[in-house]
This record gives sequence, structure tokens and C-alpha cells, in this order.
Amino acid sequence: MTTTTIMSHGKGGEPPAFHVTEEHDHDGASTVIGFWMFLMSDMLLFCGLFAIYAWLGGHYANGPAPLDDGHGGQLFHLPVVAANTVIMLLSAFFCTMGMAETRKGNAGLALKWFGATALLGACFLFNQFSELKHMEAIGATYQTSAFLSCLITLVCAHSLHVIAGLVWVGVLTVQVLQHGLNAANERRVVCFSMFWNFLDITWVCVFIFVYLMGVIR
Amino acid sequence: MSPDTPHLDPIFGRLTLGDIPYHEPILLITFAVVALVGLAAVGALTYFRLWGYLWREWITTVDHKRIGIMYVVLAIIMLVRGLADAIMMRLQQAMAFNGSEGYLPPHHYDQIFTAHGVIMIFFVATPLIVGMMNFVVPLQIGARDVSFPYLNNLGFWLTAVAAILVNISLFVGEFSQAGWVGEPPLTGLAASPGVGVDYYLWALQISGIGTTIGAINLVATIFKMRAPGMNLMKMPVFTWTSLCVNALIVISFPFLTISITLLTLDRLFGMHFFTTELGGNPMAYVNLVWIWGHPEVYILILPAFGVYSEVAATFCGKRLFGYTSMVYATVSITVLGFLVWLHHFFTMGSGANINAFFGLMTALIAIPTGVKVYNWLFTMYRGRVRFDVPMLWTISFMLTFLLGGLTGVLCSIPAADFQIHNSLFVVAHFHNVAIGAIVFAMLAAIDYWFPKAFGFKLEPFWGKLSVAFWTVGFFIAFLPIYIAGFMGVTRRTQSFDDPSLQIYFVIAAIGGFVILLGVVFFLIQLFVSIVNREKLRDTTGDPWGGRTLEWATSSPPPAYNFAFTPLVHDIDAWTDMKERGYRRPLDGFKAIHMPSNTSTGIFLSVLLLAFSFAVIWFMWWLAALSFALMLVIGIGHTFNYNRSFHIPADVVARTEGERTRLLAQQG
Amino acid sequence: MKPIRIIALLPLMAILGACNAVMLHPSGDVAVQQRDLLLYATELMCIVIVPVVFLTAFFAWHYRHTNTKARYEPHWHHSTLLELVIWGVPVMIIITIGMETWKTAHTLDPYRQLTRIAPDQPVPPGTKPLVVQTVALDWKWLFIYPELGIATVNDLAAPVNQPIEFRITADRVQNALDIPAMAGMVYAYPGMETELHAVINKPGNYMGQSSRFSGAGFSKMHFVFHGLSNADFDKWVADVKASGETLDSAAYLKLAIPSAGEPVHRYGTVDPQLYSTALDQCVGKSSNECLSTQRANDAKKGNGLCRPNVASN
Repeated sequence: MTTTTIMSHGKGGEPPAFHVTEEHDHDGASTVIGFWMFLMSDMLLFCGLFAIYAWLGGHYANGPAPLDDGHGGQLFHLPVVAANTVIMLLSAFFCTMGMAETRKGNAGLALKWFGATALLGACFLFNQFSELKHMEAIGATYQTSAFLSCLITLVCAHSLHVIAGLVWVGVLTVQVLQHGLNAANERRVVCFSMFWNFLDITWVCVFIFVYLMGVIR
Repeated sequence: MSPDTPHLDPIFGRLTLGDIPYHEPILLITFAVVALVGLAAVGALTYFRLWGYLWREWITTVDHKRIGIMYVVLAIIMLVRGLADAIMMRLQQAMAFNGSEGYLPPHHYDQIFTAHGVIMIFFVATPLIVGMMNFVVPLQIGARDVSFPYLNNLGFWLTAVAAILVNISLFVGEFSQAGWVGEPPLTGLAASPGVGVDYYLWALQISGIGTTIGAINLVATIFKMRAPGMNLMKMPVFTWTSLCVNALIVISFPFLTISITLLTLDRLFGMHFFTTELGGNPMAYVNLVWIWGHPEVYILILPAFGVYSEVAATFCGKRLFGYTSMVYATVSITVLGFLVWLHHFFTMGSGANINAFFGLMTALIAIPTGVKVYNWLFTMYRGRVRFDVPMLWTISFMLTFLLGGLTGVLCSIPAADFQIHNSLFVVAHFHNVAIGAIVFAMLAAIDYWFPKAFGFKLEPFWGKLSVAFWTVGFFIAFLPIYIAGFMGVTRRTQSFDDPSLQIYFVIAAIGGFVILLGVVFFLIQLFVSIVNREKLRDTTGDPWGGRTLEWATSSPPPAYNFAFTPLVHDIDAWTDMKERGYRRPLDGFKAIHMPSNTSTGIFLSVLLLAFSFAVIWFMWWLAALSFALMLVIGIGHTFNYNRSFHIPADVVARTEGERTRLLAQQG
Repeated sequence: MKPIRIIALLPLMAILGACNAVMLHPSGDVAVQQRDLLLYATELMCIVIVPVVFLTAFFAWHYRHTNTKARYEPHWHHSTLLELVIWGVPVMIIITIGMETWKTAHTLDPYRQLTRIAPDQPVPPGTKPLVVQTVALDWKWLFIYPELGIATVNDLAAPVNQPIEFRITADRVQNALDIPAMAGMVYAYPGMETELHAVINKPGNYMGQSSRFSGAGFSKMHFVFHGLSNADFDKWVADVKASGETLDSAAYLKLAIPSAGEPVHRYGTVDPQLYSTALDQCVGKSSNECLSTQRANDAKKGNGLCRPNVASN
């Protein structure tokens, strides 16, 4: 869109211009706003999951509860989850560093930062997976109660996003190595960085609303 | 049934020969007709060597105009299916008295009313409005295309394969028998163990994703690609309603996605969100799904209001009365649309204060809606009303819609709703609004923008007959339904005990056939117009004396829409241009940058269709295969950096020169 | 000729029939108030609708393009006075209806104890409502009279001018208890209790039904509601008691097997705990599986983000 101010002419007299003569390239101008809208709708999906957790999260159906796994222990291992939160926050920091290098046009360094982001993401996933394994071992599965259905769905929805992020980083790395940081790749890096920060924020919400509020009372 | 149910065939999953309803004559005949029509179409395409053309120019197209047209064609095909369902229900209810069970047993009847609702909402009304917005909005804002042309193609194909999935359920297995919003516990595994609900869930899921993608695309388009000078308060009203609608979609559809995803998890993995045991709560689904469901009503009706605004201004030869009011009314309906979902279940017993709040919010919507009706009314005032077919639809709408508005306010009063809820009164009310506002608007829109899309007008004679039969048919069909509602008849009833009610259903069935004639006349109108297209040809590009930018270009518009991006000074930009002596530029054309076609959209969509079919029937090998292929194709697509091309300046000059010649012939 | 004549007469017959529609001529005080509310709102709305109908027709005709005598002002598109009117009139009407909406949402709340049994006829002090525990089964209605110790299937009776308190739940899927002549409907949910307070003023047999689609046998889920004089009601109760059958857990579980068009059953004695276990979704199960036990345990283990047992749960 041109930013030229258009003067409104009165009726009569010489007609004003009714078309612009120069051509504007719209290519990619809307990508960021479009991706932002996608993230907002994705956020509403998580809002739905949080809402259902708020509603049904206290329905243990005689099964495990956050502070009572039915075997004398706690279901939520706060230290593990807190460590995971730190990992996630750190990965978001690395991602932002990668973004800063991208802005400078420093492809090599940016890729290293993003590699570190992905590595932390993988650590996070590994921890998540072992937590779920542990829960399964003590008989706390998604079929046990509404509480566990909500919890596992919420956590897995986040983990699936992280997996998608890892695939994305991999693909993006190949593409940057192939084509360098051209305009299209830079847009993709911006979108990825928005996506990863969104995952980070979502995880912080999970940590606060599910784990902290489940344990501290 | 969890995935590890025993006796699962390794190839066909739980699909057995018994799931193919070859013993049902109605379905057998339907299948024969569909197969014959399909074979004839395939034969014709092959005989006339049209496959390549179809693939290059339509299936893989990213042109918003062609995608819009494909949406409308899909909707018209599905309208025939939905209408067939409606006629079958009308006949059943007219017959099933005095101990007779009619000709449809509950198993079949329940599928039909569910399919009718799902098809009419998701595969008729939604594609119609999305198609119209796709076709019209970029032209109205003076853009060459949409923000994300590739996603536009994908969104269409997702909607199309979802429609195909619903129709597959007709011949392989069964469809849901639990109503169009699919509320548990009835849709839970315990009460509905068959595949019907799974078909329903996956069809909605896929079409929901398609609709969301399309909406993100259009919001970005309206925000980023308006012609210079067109600030928000100079946008045509249809574009305004499109903006509000697509914002509504982006905000509300995630709630549909989440509610049906959780229900799918309940059914597929035995989770406990909406079961009645182990802590689940079906009310959670009802609330979540209606947070989407009510905005969906406004998603469908706002574009209709936009169409009436354009049509009224054009055919009264006058600027729309109260443009600013209209915009504020649209925006307030958009916001209020999110605060009324509980009026779908006042009878759940939420307590007086909650009911009263949602009742008041619902009644509030009547205010901006009423303002809109007044605005159309005063647009006619001191105008020059031309009774072309789109204007006839508009007048018919204004008269029909008033009744729908009245009954809508009645339903909004919680204490009164306890009586009329779930009765046929409600059925009559929402058909009053759905037909009187949405269908009439879309038929008006087809008539209005058809010359823009194809370069010739539609034959008005058959169009006027269609208006008459739809309008009269609506009243014959639904006034008795209103009355039956007052007699306490409940919706979704398959047979009746009280013989005194039969007369109402007989009259309603007659009305149904009158509406059917209205549809037949509309189809005849299309056919006759295509045959007589040379006589009806419009070479001006502005056959109605239009007011907005889409009428500034040729009919049909060139691929690039506008040789030069227009510069906007006023609401009704094209009227402004005509009044102030605008002269079409005849030289100085430049090369135009356009997006290239893509085949990724259809491949992804077909794979998703295969994936969902596989999951419905537990064919895990097919699910894994199609999922892997989707990943490969989706990621492969991102390695293509060469997604656009330039239309050379001399091609543009030739196209525009041809238009100059045609305009000169006009004199 | 004859069939055509019959078709021509159809609308007339239909309209005549409509005047006797049950919602417009109800026999219970609650339904009467609901009817009055509908008519009141309709009258108010007609203040806007009738003029608009005529104006639409008049403007369309008067400003038709062939009538060149009519004024034509293609640029006229705004009038502050008109805008005030077109916003003001709907606002006034909706405020008026809204006040009534708020008031009736409370006075006609199905959870509220009745204060009157007819216009100008308050409930006599000390009157205890007749409690009817209602369970929607697939696809029949079970009514338990706890104070009388009897139960019926698809058969309901109450003395006229006696406030009735329905306590409603469902066994498996959602339904709605609906006796249009007496009062509006209220949903029945499994594992959750809803209430309806109503009264019937005229003796007679009234149609009762489920008004929420609940599956294959839904269309046959009807029952007859008998409004009886006190003497007739006592006789009816004695008849039911004489039936000699007992409704216990075993009988309930047999009854809960889905069936359509179930005939009337009458039980002279009822297990007094049956309704609460049905509501708890644990008829014939161990008490540990009862919803109320689970909820009590939930509260002990600390709840999720929401407080326990709010509203529905």
C-alpha cells in the first residue's frame, strides 16, 4: 500500500487520479500478520484445553491426584517440571539470539543458535516423555480419570507443537544452507521465532496453572 | 472401542461387507444415480479432452475468482443433497401417523436430519459465503489477489474433501444419528458405538481447518491489500461484513476444533472428557461447542447482510443510507455474537441470573439488526428502485426476515424459551432466518455477481419464478411448523401419535415441494442462461450500474483484476469515478507479478481424506502411509521458492486493448 | 375438483386448529404466565415490525424506477434525526422487553418454589409440594413418589392446584422433561439433578414427552400426565399401591435396558435409596463408584483450578 497522502478533491474541476501507475510487490507482505493470526487461533485452542482442565482437572475418579499418586508419592514432580521450564525458557532465549543474528544477516551464527534451541527442545521432550512413562508405570493413564485425560492431552498438545518446531528447525536449517538468508528464508525465521516463543509462553502457563497450582495450596 | 479391539482385519480394519448398505433400496438407487452422473462427467471430460484444462486452470489454480466459483459450485451440488434430505424428512413426517412408521425407520431418519443440518451449515451455507467473499472481496478492495493464494487453494480443497467424506458415509457405513452439533453423551462411545459419529467428527474437523485457513487469508488480505486511499471507513459494506465474519471465524473455530478433537479422543482412545463416568462431564462439550456454534450463526448471516447492502444501494441507484450506522451495527453484532452462546440451553438449569444475562445479550443483538433493516428501508426512500432479480430477493428477504426476527426475540426470553425450546417453533425460527436471510442473500449474490464472473447475465424470467416459489414455498412450509411448535411438537420426531397434527405436516410437505420447484427454476435459470449466453452477454463490465470497484474492471475480470491499482477517494469508489469523469488508461501498461499455480493443495487434501477414512475404520497402515505422505508433500512444498511469475506488459496491453475495442463497440 | 377444494381448505383448517394449540391454551399456571409473556413480547415487537412491513412495500412501490414523479436524491444518505429514531426505537423496545426478561427469568425460574397456583391465588401457607423424582431412561420415563412410596413408568398423575416439585435426572443420555400444558421443559442429565416446580389447574389428561432428542426410541418417549381431583388422585395412588410390584435395583437395571414404546408400569413399593443411587450413577454398583463418593474423595485430594461441586458438579 502506498503511504502517499491522497487529497480529496471537490466535485467538478479536473478529475483526480484514479489509479496508481507504479507497481508494488506484495510478495510476503502479509506473512507475519497471517502467521500471527494463526498463532492467535492456536492460542485459543490452548485456551480451550486450559478451560477444560479448569473444569475437569479436579475430577480424580478415585485415581491419582497431583499430591497423591496412589502409591504414597506425588504425581507431579515439581523439580523435574521446574527444570523443564528452565530448559524451555533458555531455549527461547537461544531462539531470540538466533533471531538477532538473522537480523544482522549472520546465517552461520544464527543456525548455531537455532541448533542449540532445538537441542534444548529435544531435552525438554525427553523429560516429558519419561514423566509420561513414569505415570503410565504407576497406572496413571489418560483412561484413568477426567483429570488425567485433561492433563495428558494438554501436555501432549504442547509436546506435539515442540516436535513440529524441531522438524521446522531441521527443514529451515537445510533451506538456509541452500539459499542463505534470502527474503523468504528470513520471513520463515521470523515466523519460527514467533512460534517458539509462543510455545515458551504456553509452557509457562502450563507450569503455573497446572503444576504450581496443583502442588502449592 | 479402542484401537486394540480384537478381530481387526489387518487391511480393512473394522470395515466389513456388512457395512455396505447394499440391501437398502433408497441408498442403492441413490448410489446408482451418483455413479451414473459421475461416469457421465468423467466420460464427457475425457471425450472433450478437458482433464488437462481442468487440472491447469481450476484444480491447481490460485486465482481467487476461480476458487470462489469452485466454492459456489460445491455449495450448489451439496444444496441438492441437503434439499433431498429435507424432502425425505417432510414426506416421512407427513406419513408417520396413526401407528404408521412412515418409510424411514429411526436409524435412517436420524441420520437424515443430522446430515441435513451438517450439510446445509458446513457444505452449503459456509462454502457459499466463503466463495462469495473469495470472489468479491479482492475485487472490491482493488487487489490483484489474496494475501496467501496457495492457502486459499488448500482451504477450498479441504472443504471439498470434507464434503466428500460426508457423502462417502452414505455408501460405506453410516452417518451420525445425533444431531448437527453432536452433543455427548449421545455421541459418546457408549451410546453411539458405530462409525457414524466418527464420520461426522472428521468431516467437521477437516472443513473447520479449511474454513480457518480461508479466514486468516481473508483478514490478512483486507488489512494489507486494500487499494491506496481506501481506509476502513471507505470499505464497501460487503467487505466490512467479510472482515467481521473472518475475524469471527478465526476466533470461534478453534473452539469447534477443540471440542470435536476432545470428543474424538474420548471415542478413539477411551479418554474421559465428556463421558458420564470417571469424572467426565458432557456439559463441558455443550458449552465449548456453542462458544463456536453461536458465532457461527453470525458468520453465516453477516455476509448476507453485506450482500443486501450492496444490492439495495445498486438497485435503488443511491448511496446506502447510514453507512456508518451499518458498520457499527455489524461490529456490535460481531462482538455480541460471543456473549450469547448459553441461549442454546437455557433449559439446562443454570440459574436465573445466568439465563437472564444471556437472554438480555441475545435481545440486544436485535437492536443493531433492526437498525440494518431500517437502513435498507431508507436506502429505497427517494431512490429509483429497479426490480431486477437481486432486488426482488432483497425485498422478499426484508419481509420474511421480520418474522424471523420477531420469533428470534421470543426465543431469547428465557422464561418463554422453556416452552418453545427444542420445539418445532425453534426449527421454524432458524429456517426462517437461514432461508429468508442466508439463502435468499446467496441467491441474490449469485444473480448479482454472475455477470461479473462469467460475462453474461442470468435470464431474469426463471430467476423471478425462483424468487416467487422460494418465498411462497417458505411460508407454506414453515408457518405450519411454527404452529406445530405451539402445539408442543418436538423437533427430530420420527413418528407421531396425535392424528390431529398430520394436517400441518402435509401442508409443510407441500411447501417443501414448492421450495424444491424454486431450486429447480434456479437450476433451469442457470441452464437457460448458459445456452443463451450470447444474447445475455455484457461487455461493459458494469451491467447493473454498480457502485463498487469490482464493476470497474471487465467481465469476467482478467487474471490480474486491474491493469493499474485503483486509487480510492470515496465510499462507492466506482460511482465516484463515473461521476467525476474517470477515463480508463489506454497505455503505459507494465508487467504484473502474479502467484503460480500449485498442486500441493489437492494432494494434501486427498491424503487427509484418506487419513481420516483410515482412522474412522481403524485401517492403521493406511493412516500411517497417508500421514507420512502428507508430511513429505507438505515439507517438500516449502522447498519450492519459485512461486510467482510475471504477466508480460504486452499481454496486459493486448488484454486491455481487447476491452477497449469491446467498450467502443458499445458506443 | 374435490382434492383441489380440500387443498384450498387446508390452511383454514390449520389456522382454526392453531387457536387450540396447547401452548396458547395451557392448563397450568406456569405455562399460562409463559404464554402471556410470549404474547406481550409479540405485541411490543409488532410496534416496529408492522410499520416496517408496510413501509417496505410502500417504498418499493412508490420509488419504483418507472415512477419518474417520485423524488430521486441519489446522494442523500444521512439524516441525524432518522438515525436517532432507527437506533432509539429498537433500543426502547428491547429495554422494555429486557425488563420483563429479567423479571420473568427469576419469577419463572424452574428451580424456584411456587408462590402462586393461579393468578391472585397464592400458595396456602404450610403447603408442601408433591415431590416427584424423575429418571429419564432409554426410552421411557420413571417417576418415583418418595413420600407415597410408589413409582410408575410412563404414567404420571398429580392433584390439581397442588404445587409439584420435580427432581430430574437421566440414566444414560440427555433428555428433557416436557409437559407443555403445565410448564416449560427442563433438561435431564445423567449424573446431575435439575428441578422443575409447577402446578396443574384443570383436571384432564395431558401429553408429556421428552423434548430433547435422545436416540432411536426418542419419538416413542411419551407419557400421559393425569391432572386429578384430590379424591381421584387418592384412588390412583391406591391403584398403584395395589399393583404389588417392587422397584429395586434389579428391577431398575432391567428397566434401564433400552426399549421403545414401553407400556405403563406401576410399582406399589420402591427402594427409598433407588433415586439417589440412580442420580449417583451407581445402581447395583459398589458405593465407591458413586459420583458423590468420588466427588467427596476429590475434595479431600485437593481440587483443580475450580472449586468443587459448583453448579452442575
